[in-house]
Amino acid sequence: MDTSRSYLEPSSFSKKLAATIIIVYTVITLIPISWMVMTSFKNVNSAISYPPEVLFKPSLEGYVNLFTNRSRQSQEYLDSLPAPETWYEELVRSREMVITGPSKFLGRYSNSMIIGFGSTFASVFLGALAAYAFSRFRVPLKDDLLFFILSTRMFPPIAVAVPIFIMYRKLGLGDTHLGMIILYTVVNLSLAVWLLKGFMDEIPKEYEEAAMIDGYSRLQAFFKVVLPQAMTGIAATAIFCMIFSWNEYAFAVLLTQFNAQTAPPFIPTIIGEGGLDWPAIGAGTTLFLLPVMVFTIILRKHLLRGITFGAVRK
Amino acid sequence: MSVKKKFKGLSDKAVAWLFIGPSVFLLLAINIYPLIYAIRMSFTNFYANKIGREPQFVGLKNYIKVLNKEAIWEKMQVTANFMFWTLLLQAVIGLGLALLLNRKFKGNELLTTLIVLPMMLSPAVVGVFWTYLYNPQVGLFNYVVNFFYDFGSFDMIGSSELAPWSIVIVDTWMWTPFTMLICLAGLRSVPNYLYEAAEVDRASKWQQFIYITLPSVLPFLLLALLFRGIENFKMFDMVVELTSGGPGSATELASINLKREAFEKWKTGYSSAFAVILFVTIFGFGNVYVKVMNKIKER
Repeated sequence: MDTSRSYLEPSSFSKKLAATIIIVYTVITLIPISWMVMTSFKNVNSAISYPPEVLFKPSLEGYVNLFTNRSRQSQEYLDSLPAPETWYEELVRSREMVITGPSKFLGRYSNSMIIGFGSTFASVFLGALAAYAFSRFRVPLKDDLLFFILSTRMFPPIAVAVPIFIMYRKLGLGDTHLGMIILYTVVNLSLAVWLLKGFMDEIPKEYEEAAMIDGYSRLQAFFKVVLPQAMTGIAATAIFCMIFSWNEYAFAVLLTQFNAQTAPPFIPTIIGEGGLDWPAIGAGTTLFLLPVMVFTIILRKHLLRGITFGAVRK
Repeated sequence: MSVKKKFKGLSDKAVAWLFIGPSVFLLLAINIYPLIYAIRMSFTNFYANKIGREPQFVGLKNYIKVLNKEAIWEKMQVTANFMFWTLLLQAVIGLGLALLLNRKFKGNELLTTLIVLPMMLSPAVVGVFWTYLYNPQVGLFNYVVNFFYDFGSFDMIGSSELAPWSIVIVDTWMWTPFTMLICLAGLRSVPNYLYEAAEVDRASKWQQFIYITLPSVLPFLLLALLFRGIENFKMFDMVVELTSGGPGSATELASINLKREAFEKWKTGYSSAFAVILFVTIFGFGNVYVKVMNKIKER
């Protein structure tokens, strides 16, 4: 064994070997995601051909099917109709169907947006307040309170779903945006407090003390000095809360039905005639996962820091 | 500090309560209150779909029923198998990847980001999509497997021998990056001087790995497994959409069974007792695990 070479400076051969293995793993792990995106641009027939088609003629059929409701019609009826006005009508007609209206996808997607942004904002705001207090003040039973906040994450969602279901029914919050925003805010709150406390601990106390000597009140110092300093941490925390709310399924499927249903419980229900309409499912999945993937790549530095941060501190 | 009295505005104590109050209130109202409610219901014969019928106190009957039901122990067995294999695979592959990424070759930050992508996705949506990959007639997964070794036709989701593996594979694909990231943080926290000192003492690379790298990364790995263990004990979304517990009850994890009892059969009292048992189990195991973990850390 070559003991002269240090662990800290791996040889170029071992670096190359490591890089090769990692690249192979990365390619394998990305295949399911790429396949999903490819499927969304196939037509129904090429999505169910075997062996699976890697090269295919791209089609927007999946996206058209995702956004519309259609019904099958006889050839005579189709012939009696005026010529299709748009490319998507033409596409649907070529499958002997007519568009009967828009699908629910856009509504579900915007529900995901509203609930996601609403709860993210609320949990980051409340989390930042609590984190600041835990970081700066002597709070009685501080460690117990912090552990209490963390332990709320251990509940299986189904265990509290029935009581929340009953409670929401009484309060009129069942199947409403507000109800879901409150629920996701609370679920995210423990993470937000823990992550943000770490970031706040890193900001030197002297900053706001200087501001207070200059005549700021504690509240002004918090909003004008501390919050801007904590922006990186707030961004990282916000991404985590957003991803959680965006992806959450158990509560959404149990507590929402019509009005406030988000996309995750809806996407599995996009079923076409005679089995599953894979291009449409692929299209829905792609559109739903796209924002998260773009976010992850753009904000990778904050994200990776945030993931490891919580771990390193405890 | 008496200086603080001179500052204007609210006192620190008032600000502290103002800042912590709303969070604690929300957690109490939406988390603790429902939990207490669930515990109370677990001692009654309450059915949430029968409005107007007064629930009666039945003592420990629900608990006895849950613990004596053989099917429940089968679900626990399924859950335990799922947890064992996912945690084992994620620990081994995750640590391996972290060790490789720690060689700091060119482009490793971009590769890390790409590897992390699966864990950012919605588990339910991922579950739906994998039913397509696992399709016995047209699935890409089956095609690739048969490309390397011809097994003939096989059905990952439809066969009760393969279905438990189908969920292990998807979970491992999704969550290995998590273990990897935490291990990577552990590896980067090892101070360089340890290795420098070891080199002065002419320790071989293998010895450096066994006596420096592994002990420093172990607490991080254990922590990652704690998080994954808690999550997989509660596992619901991905598996519901992938196999919905089937075939038969080959992949019916505890949470899925709980959901059936609570939201399909509406046996609220019974399912609350089951939920409390699950919660106590996870809490108990979690506590013991943390104690063991801290002991290892101290050494």
